[in-house]
Amino acid sequence: MGTEFTPAQVTAIAALAQLELEPHEVQLFARQLGDFLTYADEVLAIDTAGVAPTAAVLTRPESERPDQVRPSLDREAALRGAPDASIASGFFRVPRVIG
Amino acid sequence: MIESVHLVRDQVRSGAQSAVEVCRQALARIERIDPRLGAFNTVTAEHALARAAELDRDRDRWSAAPLLGVPIALKDNLCTRDIRTTASSRILESYVPPYDATVVTRLADAGAVLIGKTNCDEFAMGSSTENSAFGPSRNPWAPDRIPGGSSGGSAVAVAAGLTPLALGSDTGGSIRQPAALCGVVGLKPTYGRVSRYGLLAFASSLDQIGPLTRTVRDAALTLAVIAGADPADATSSSEPVADYPAALTGDVRGLRIGVPSSLFETGVDGEVLRAFRAALDALAGRGVTLVDIELPHARHAIAVYYLIATAEASSNLARYDGVRYGFRSAESRGDDLAIMYGRTRGRGFGAEVKRRIMLGTYVLSAGYYDAYYLKAQQVRTLILSDYDAAFQRVDVVAMPTSPGAAFRIGERVDDPLRMYLADIFTVSANLAGLPAISVPCGFTADRLPVGLQLTGRRFGEATLLRLADAYEREAPWHTQEPPIDA
Repeated sequence: MGTEFTPAQVTAIAALAQLELEPHEVQLFARQLGDFLTYADEVLAIDTAGVAPTAAVLTRPESERPDQVRPSLDREAALRGAPDASIASGFFRVPRVIG
Repeated sequence: MIESVHLVRDQVRSGAQSAVEVCRQALARIERIDPRLGAFNTVTAEHALARAAELDRDRDRWSAAPLLGVPIALKDNLCTRDIRTTASSRILESYVPPYDATVVTRLADAGAVLIGKTNCDEFAMGSSTENSAFGPSRNPWAPDRIPGGSSGGSAVAVAAGLTPLALGSDTGGSIRQPAALCGVVGLKPTYGRVSRYGLLAFASSLDQIGPLTRTVRDAALTLAVIAGADPADATSSSEPVADYPAALTGDVRGLRIGVPSSLFETGVDGEVLRAFRAALDALAGRGVTLVDIELPHARHAIAVYYLIATAEASSNLARYDGVRYGFRSAESRGDDLAIMYGRTRGRGFGAEVKRRIMLGTYVLSAGYYDAYYLKAQQVRTLILSDYDAAFQRVDVVAMPTSPGAAFRIGERVDDPLRMYLADIFTVSANLAGLPAISVPCGFTADRLPVGLQLTGRRFGEATLLRLADAYEREAPWHTQEPPIDA
């Protein structure tokens, strides 16, 4: 597996991750992501034919709970932590989405 | 000077000290010592004194509370209602949660008094507490050295006697490794044993909350308080909670301890290995049987762990987008939404968090998912099977907690891979969902603490704590105090 990263590749990954990077970060991550994935190559060589993947170690089936209406987080309390919101109207405020 | 949870609780119960007196002493000690150590992000003095006074006023109601009047600290990634919760990140620097984590409610119901929130690596990503937006915490045994991480502030607070009990979170060793490097006890319970409702998620298939204390007995008492099913966390288990304090009989005769010696052939500091072997001898002296075992895939655990943990982190941290809580980049006002997201996250997250989000995004992206992420999940199965096979023959697996003692602040910040490799003995327990504990097992020649790690069967905390307690009785390293009062 190739593990050299170009600045263009790093910028493409950053776009997927919604991260605006500084030019020096692009250079740094190109090297460091490459270093880690070169190291991780050892895993690619392991024979895993027929081995099921483990996503999580859940140890016993969990009990179901009754589907009852219960109080949830208060709207005003939820909005109070936002960087920009109208608590009176009950909205988070964001930059224009539709032109 | 440094007191245990049990001692403090018994004093408040008997009336020898009021909860307010205990609280004042803890706050005074933090004020005197913490400026040198940086264990706390936030000290909740006013809130703590009010709470302690409330306990003192209603003594009858609280008389049986297992943590009556005990000052506690919480890692700053555990949500506390009306108290700032930052995850040591700029992006949450002024975040005040509208709710308490389940563990916080349980500790409060047990009579504990929250005195503050502790420093950590940003979003629990790191092994040294250097990746904090608020600066590093310092090791009480050698303040020019790291305390370990990511729950470094919690380990420092307990080691320096600022509090007898702190909670941490452990995704790949973040409770056990700082406990080892600071000379305290750190327990990562079985995946599902403790509710994670209100823990800021890093890697959801690996994260678990647990205690850092001075003694194994204190860890057992705390686990009994915080363990158990929680309707608010679907991954919490309904497995019955054992009576952990009652399990500490001191009798470990007949227990079989597996030692995966071939894992220690390279990369482990000689002094760490000597302390570890002496600990095994001490346990053998109490009647356990040592068995040589193999964990053939454990040496791949670091690569598997960082592929899986970063993938999960890239998904979990997508929620920090400058809309519902936390920081929004001021420069993005009036710009379009995508620019606001990218700028907020680019400015709000530190280097290590960005590095991991990038790696996680890459391994989940089209064309690489099968090669990296799926492959890592398959090898995770093999690591799990190794432990299942080992636990057919032994009750507990023993390793050093960390391959080296605390290193100097700044020494490894430019070499993330080298930093990751130091997690080699801790990440497997998270990948396999197993409980594991670190107990102090000696010092290097430079007086730096070394930890012994014991890993048990799923929900085998009672056996694990019994063994750790028996070792502590045999080798009371925990009674030694760092030179912080000088």
